[in-house]
Amino acid sequence: MSGGTYLGMPAFPKAASESTQNLTLRGNLRHATHTIRDKRAKAVAELDDWAGLRAAGAAIKNRTLRHLDHYLEQVEAAVTAAGGQVHWAADAAEANRIVTGLVRATGETEVVKVKSMATQEIGLNDALAEAGITACETDLAELIVQLGDDLPSHILVPAIHRNRSEIRDIFREKMADWGRPAPDGLTDTPRELAEAARLHLREKFLRAKVAISGANFMVAETGTLVVVESEGNGRMCLTLPETLISVVGIEKVVPTWQDLEVFLQLLPRSSTAERMNPYTSMWTGTTDGDGPRTFHLVLLDNGRTDTLADTVGRQALRCIRCSACLNVCPVYERAGGHAYGSAYPGPIGAILTPQLRGTDSELDASLPYASTLCGACYEVCPVAIDIPEVLVHLRERVVEGGEVTRNGRKVTIRPAKGHAAERAAMRAARWTLDHPGALRRLQRLASRTRRLHPRRLPGPGRAWTDTRTVPEVPAESFRDWWQRTRGGEGSGK
Amino acid sequence: MRVALFVTCVNDTLFPRTGRAVVTLLERLGVEVDFPPAQTCCGQPQFNTGYRHETEPLVRRYAAAFDDYEYVVTPSGSCAAMVRDNYPRIGAKAAAEGRGQELTEAAASAVPKTYELTEFLVDVLQVTDVGAYYPHTVTYHPTCHGLRMLGLGDRPRRLLEHVKGLELRELPGAEECCGFGGTFAVKNAAVSAAMGADKARSIDSTGAEAVCTVDNSCQMHIGGTLARLGSPVRPVHIAEILAGTEEDTR
Ligand code: SF4
Repeated sequence: MSGGTYLGMPAFPKAASESTQNLTLRGNLRHATHTIRDKRAKAVAELDDWAGLRAAGAAIKNRTLRHLDHYLEQVEAAVTAAGGQVHWAADAAEANRIVTGLVRATGETEVVKVKSMATQEIGLNDALAEAGITACETDLAELIVQLGDDLPSHILVPAIHRNRSEIRDIFREKMADWGRPAPDGLTDTPRELAEAARLHLREKFLRAKVAISGANFMVAETGTLVVVESEGNGRMCLTLPETLISVVGIEKVVPTWQDLEVFLQLLPRSSTAERMNPYTSMWTGTTDGDGPRTFHLVLLDNGRTDTLADTVGRQALRCIRCSACLNVCPVYERAGGHAYGSAYPGPIGAILTPQLRGTDSELDASLPYASTLCGACYEVCPVAIDIPEVLVHLRERVVEGGEVTRNGRKVTIRPAKGHAAERAAMRAARWTLDHPGALRRLQRLASRTRRLHPRRLPGPGRAWTDTRTVPEVPAESFRDWWQRTRGGEGSGK
Repeated sequence: MRVALFVTCVNDTLFPRTGRAVVTLLERLGVEVDFPPAQTCCGQPQFNTGYRHETEPLVRRYAAAFDDYEYVVTPSGSCAAMVRDNYPRIGAKAAAEGRGQELTEAAASAVPKTYELTEFLVDVLQVTDVGAYYPHTVTYHPTCHGLRMLGLGDRPRRLLEHVKGLELRELPGAEECCGFGGTFAVKNAAVSAAMGADKARSIDSTGAEAVCTVDNSCQMHIGGTLARLGSPVRPVHIAEILAGTEEDTR
């Protein structure tokens, strides 16, 4: 029941190439992303100060990140003062250990979960399962993923790759294993599917003594945590159980409520294309006679301070997980979320994962190349993360190596394997391009042998000519034409 | 007015017609065109693949080759964007690595004078009717770097709308990337091909005779895909449309 795993996944090109063959997947993705991207554009266009809000969002996050230590200490003090307990987790293993220990201490073996990227990132459900604790996802899409023994493929809509009839089949076959079974004769109408999920989940909400959540924001001045959602399942988890454990990335802090106001405008419009999301739940420590009696906040680093040390890459920490970049990304649309091999798919995943995890594995080293640099992601990002800039920056790390921060220490990493031939070609090209005479000789050679050029190329070029026809080399380069017709005139340097 | 033409390595080697069209067009508009032969490549393929250090000599070369000119005009949105967006970054990173200000200065001299062709026509020469004649149906694909990095906006379309005889057809999903992305086309061939095929089908669905772009590299990818799909639509660079006149066809 532990679900799938990203471990041991192939590099992006291979995984993506497999998904391009899956026409159902591509159809589901195309339909879903195009619908939401059009709605987002309308919701954003309603505000005449969107550009200003976006700049404000970026500026607040930048300022907060610059003084992150200060704001985190403020969060810790405020949460403690409000009756909560704060735990610091340097990495995934430590976070999992802390949470597992906290659940064990309650004596419970079942917990309900609010949809959370941070717990996906650290693989909390698997860690809990190993400790004999069942974690039940309560977000509808997460439930579909969990029942289907699958992995999320989108930040906001984890089951975006599934269509209605697939969901009905999953409910019929798997719901009984986790609790209340699907009603007899369940059809694939959205109403019936939602009702089946509602009945199944209600039992869990009423039974659960422990809930685990993430948070979209933490307000430093009061130690308040915020979850924004559409379904209300999160609110059930946050208010009904006796113990609440929230696992939150350290970059989620905003200094004041005034700052929060900016993000509560940016986030819903960018993610669900709504003016305001249906449920915004906020909690500050514990309150007598209302909500959980025990509250734990686990602050998660897991590569974030190392990312912060990189002057170009750190902007990825501004991300508010709205998923707008996924919905406009033409590569995501064809490759699907699983190809990115982490909880963070799409453009943001392509820059966040190789920073949080490093570029050691073949998969992580391939992620910065999972983009045409078309810039659509940057254009929609509500906190103006220049994703193409970071992609190119990380590509440099992959092919040239260099100095990075790992576990707080500066280390020099070597180029990733498998780029030697490419590097040699780039060097050779640089030499030619820095010697116009040599370039011209090559061009002439190509022109003279133009009739001999194959229309299908060998080696890496094959990938190109398999699906495209290469252009024919012209009889005369521009350079030669210029010289022939204009001679020395205007030749400058 | 005298300008330098930066023809780009792709145009120079594979699409010399585009460069010749730019010369014809600018000269017809009364601009004197030079081709400094010390120019080669802007360094975009290397830079975008992660080989920043390999691009440094090319930044120097570009700045030196065009040192004497007030304007550099190039028929490539992505090469113009490379100079404008990335040269300053290359300079800043070199400086941060303690290698002085030389590349920053090279970038500072190159950036303000570099114009993509349609930008130069509309912003500097302030023309949208260049006296062109092109009796064909055309659909326009705005290339990503021109669209988003340079912010060309509707400049190319305004130029096309003033071409006599030309009928412009709307391209569905025009702003979506064609899937070329330089080395992306090789490194992620399957996704690139899927994107290219979708783009080619949208282009084909317009029933236009030609698809126009401001970038030869996207044109090469789109053209190669159209050809493979057996579509009759031919790719054409905007300079080649704008260069033609009624006299030519007589
Ligand atoms: S990178 Fe920007 S657009 Fe993408 S999920 Fe994060 S905030 Fe949203």
